[in-house]
Amino acid sequence: MAGAFEHPFAVYLRAAMIPHIWCSGCGNGVILNAFIHALDELRMDLDKFVVVSGIGCIGRTAGYTNVDSFHTTHGRAIPFATGVKLAKPELEVVVISGDGDLFAIGGNHFIHAARRNIGIKVICANNFNYGMTGGQVGPTTPLEALTTTTPYGNVEHPFNLVHLATASGATYVARWTTLHVRMLTMSIKKLLQRKGFSFIEVVSPCPEIYGRRNNMRTGLEMMEWFRKASVIANFSDPAKAEITPEKIVVGEFVDIEKPTYEQLLYGKIAKIVKKE
Amino acid sequence: MGGDKAVLTGVHFMSGDIACAEGAIAAGCRFFAGYPITPATEIAEHMAARMPEVGGIYIQMEDEIASIAAVIGASYAGLKAMTATSGPGFSLMQENIGLAVMTEAPCVIVDVMRGGPSTGQPTLPGQQDVMQVKWGSHGDYEIIALAPSSVQEMFDFTVEAFNLAETYRVPTFVMADEIVAHMWERVVIPPPENIRIVNRKKPSVSRDDYMPFMPDDDLVPPMACFGEGYRFHATGLTHDERGYPRTQDSEVQTRLVQRLCDKIRKNADKIVRVEEVMLDDADVVVVAYGIVARSALSAVRRAREQGVKAGLLRLITLWPFPGKHVAKAAEKAKAIIVPEMNCGQIVREVERAAKTTPAYHVPKLGENPHTPMEIFAAIRRHG
Amino acid sequence: MRIEIRFAGFGGQGIIKSGIMTAMAACIYGGKHAVQTQSYGPESRGGACKSEVVISYSEIDFPKITEPDILVLMSQHAYNEYAEDVKKGGTIILDPDMIPNEKKLEGVKIFRVPATRIAEELGRTIVANVVMLGALTAITGVVDKEALKEAIKANVPKGTEELNLKAFERGYEYGKKLVEG
Ligand SMILES: Cc1ncc(C[n+]2csc(CCOP(=O)(O)OP(=O)(O)O)c2C)c(N)n1
Ligand code: SF4
Ligand SMILES: [Mg+2]
Repeated sequence: MAGAFEHPFAVYLRAAMIPHIWCSGCGNGVILNAFIHALDELRMDLDKFVVVSGIGCIGRTAGYTNVDSFHTTHGRAIPFATGVKLAKPELEVVVISGDGDLFAIGGNHFIHAARRNIGIKVICANNFNYGMTGGQVGPTTPLEALTTTTPYGNVEHPFNLVHLATASGATYVARWTTLHVRMLTMSIKKLLQRKGFSFIEVVSPCPEIYGRRNNMRTGLEMMEWFRKASVIANFSDPAKAEITPEKIVVGEFVDIEKPTYEQLLYGKIAKIVKKE
Repeated sequence: MGGDKAVLTGVHFMSGDIACAEGAIAAGCRFFAGYPITPATEIAEHMAARMPEVGGIYIQMEDEIASIAAVIGASYAGLKAMTATSGPGFSLMQENIGLAVMTEAPCVIVDVMRGGPSTGQPTLPGQQDVMQVKWGSHGDYEIIALAPSSVQEMFDFTVEAFNLAETYRVPTFVMADEIVAHMWERVVIPPPENIRIVNRKKPSVSRDDYMPFMPDDDLVPPMACFGEGYRFHATGLTHDERGYPRTQDSEVQTRLVQRLCDKIRKNADKIVRVEEVMLDDADVVVVAYGIVARSALSAVRRAREQGVKAGLLRLITLWPFPGKHVAKAAEKAKAIIVPEMNCGQIVREVERAAKTTPAYHVPKLGENPHTPMEIFAAIRRHG
Repeated sequence: MRIEIRFAGFGGQGIIKSGIMTAMAACIYGGKHAVQTQSYGPESRGGACKSEVVISYSEIDFPKITEPDILVLMSQHAYNEYAEDVKKGGTIILDPDMIPNEKKLEGVKIFRVPATRIAEELGRTIVANVVMLGALTAITGVVDKEALKEAIKANVPKGTEELNLKAFERGYEYGKKLVEG
C-alpha cells in the first residue's frame, strides 16, 4: 500500500490496518476485493455506508473497509445492523461475516431479519468451518469432512444456505465461489442496489485450516475443487441448488421485490404522526 | 422529532412501567428494541404505542440478545436507544452489554427484577440482579445503575439514566422491581423546559483528525455517529484511540480498560446519589434501595417515635456504589441493617465500606417486600 | 390516617381496574395520597385476582397492605382466602350471589351488595365492579363520590361512560340503603 503513488482503491481501505490477518491462499481477500470493486463501480457514497461484521476471520473485513464500520460480538452482526438500518434508513448497511457467525450462533437472527425483510445486505464467506478458532465443525461442514472436532468424519447434515435464505424470505439470493470473481462482483453490485434483505453466499477456500485436513493443502487445490465441482445455473430452482463435495451449484437464484420492513414501518409512522 | 407529543406535561396516575416508558420518551429516546417478559412487558407495549407518535422506532426482536444488539446499533446510528427486560432476558444480554461498555455506546437498559434463579417467580418482585448488573458481563468494567422506589422515580430516573449514558458513554441501568413497575401512583411530568436533557458530545475536528476513542479530560471521547462522514471503525476487540484492534498490546489493553473504569470511578462523586434521612445522630442505620427503601423509611420513623435513634441511607445509585456515604454513616453508628429482596448481595458492599461497624442482612423473598414491622424488629434487635 | 382496601375476585371481573379507579379518585381527584398494587400475571387472567389500594393524607411509604380496613370481595375463593384478614372493626363488602358460603366473623361490619345481579339488570355483568365501587363509596366514604365518578370516566372504554355511571349510581343507592337500613 505504501509508496509514492496511491493505489486507486486506497480510498476504500484503512491502510493502517493492513497487512490483514488472513493466511495466504485464503479466499477472504478475494471477497474483499470483489466488494471494493463493486463499491467503486457503483460510485457508492462512502459517507452513507456502513459495514458490520461478526467475529471470525472474515469478520475482520469491517475494520479493513474505510467506511463507518463496526465489529460486533460473535453472531450479532445482523441485529446490530438492524438497529442501524432502522435508526437511519438512508444508510446502506452491509453485513460481511462467516458461516459460523451467521448460521450457528447467529442463525436465528438471520432467519428473522430475512423474514422481516429488513433492507440490510448480507455476504457470507462460507469456508465450511470455523477458521478463526482453528478449524472446528460448523453448520455448513459437509458430511464426513474432517475438522478438529470431527476427527472421525462429520456426522452432522449441513445447512444449504441458499435454501435457508430463500425459505426465510430473502429477496435476493445468490451463491458464488471465489473462483467466480467477475460474477461475484456483478452480484454484489446487484445486492447493493436491491432494497430488501439480500444475501450472497461466497464459497471460500480456507486451505490453512480446512483444506489441509481434507486433502487440499493449498488455496490452489481448493480452487481446483471449486472449478471441478461448480455448475452455473442462474435462476434455476433454488431448491435444486445443491452443495456437496461433488457438486456446487452457483448462480443467482432469487431476485424479487416486496416491501421492506423500514418502508412499512416508516409508512406507518408517517401516518400516525400526521394524525396526531 | 416528537414535538408536543413527546412530553406529557401534567399530573397523571400511571404504572411504573408506563412512567418508565414516558421518561424515556421525554429524555429523547427514539429507539426501543425488546422482547416480551413479565414484569417488563408493559414498557414494550407502551413504547409500541407511543414511539410512532413521536417519530421513533419500536421493534420486537427475536430475543434479548438481538434487542441489545439493535439498541447498540441504533445508538451508533445516532438515536437515544433503550431496551427493557427482566432476569432471564437480562442474562441473555450480558455479552453485548460488555460490547456496549467496550465500544462506549450510550444506551439505557431497564431490568424489572423478578424472583429467580431461572424462570423463578415471573410475577413476583426481587432484587436479585443487583450484582449481575455490575459483574454480569465478562471482563473488567464499570457501569451506572439506578434504583427507583416509586412510580415518579421510574419516570425521573429513566430520564436521568439517559443523561448519564450520554454524558459518560456507558450503558446505564434502571434496576426496578415488579412492585415499582406494576404499582400505580401519581406522577408529575414537568414541562419540557424543566426537564434536563443531556446529549452526547460530538467531535469538533475534521474526519482526518478524528480519533473515535481519544478521550477528553473527563475521560469520555466525543462520539461521531454513522453517516456523519467520519468513516470510523469501532470494535469489541481491544482497540487504540483510532479504534483499530490491538489484540497483542498490553499497554493498549491497560490504557483502554483502565480508562473505561476510571471514567466512571473518577467521576463517581458527580454520579452517585443517595437519600439521607435522620442520619446525623443515628445509632442504627438502615441501608436500603428500591421498593424496600419505602418499608425501611416507615420502620425508621416508627423507631424514632419510640426513641430509637435510627436513620435511613437510601441508595439511589447502586453502581458506582455509594461507599463514601456508607462509610460516613457507619462512623457513628453501632449497627447497619441491610434489608434486601435477595439472600445477601448489596450487603457485601456495605460491609466493605462500613469497615468495623457490623452490617446485618435481612433477606426477604417472594411476593412482598419486608413489612415496616420486620425492619423495625431488626432495628430493635441490633440497635 | 392510612386506609387499606383490598379488592379480590377472579380475572375478568375488573378487580384491577377497581383498585386503579379508587386510588386515582383519591389521589388525582381527591387531593390525597394513594397507591395501587396488584397480584399480577397468569393469576389476573381468569384465576384468583386481587388489587390493593392504600389511601393516606400523608405520603405513603410502604405501598402494600398489611391489615386491610376494607375488603371488597367478589368470589367465593377470594372470600375464603381473605375474609379473615380484615382488621378488627373493619368492613367487608361482598357479592352474596358469588359467595354462597359465609363463615362466622366477629367484630366485622358486613355489607351484602348483589352487584353482579344489579349489573345483569343493567344489561352488562361486566359493570358489576363499578356497582361495587358505588356501594363502597356510599358505605365507607373513603373516596369522594364526584372524584370516583371522574376516575370512572377516565378509565372505562369510550362510549360506555353512561352505562358505568349508571352502574355506579345503582351501587351507591344500594349501599346507602344498607347503611341507613
Ligand atoms: C460467544 C462466543 N463464542 C465463541 C467465540 C469464539 N469464536 C471466534 S470466531 C468463531 C468462529 C468463526 O467462524 P466463522 O464465522 O465461520 O468465521 P471464519 O473464522 O471461518 O471466517 C468462534 C467460535 C466467540 N468469539 N464468542
Ligand atoms: S484460517 Fe482459513 S479463513 Fe482464516 S484466514 Fe486462514 S485461510 Fe482464511
Ligand atoms: Mg467459517
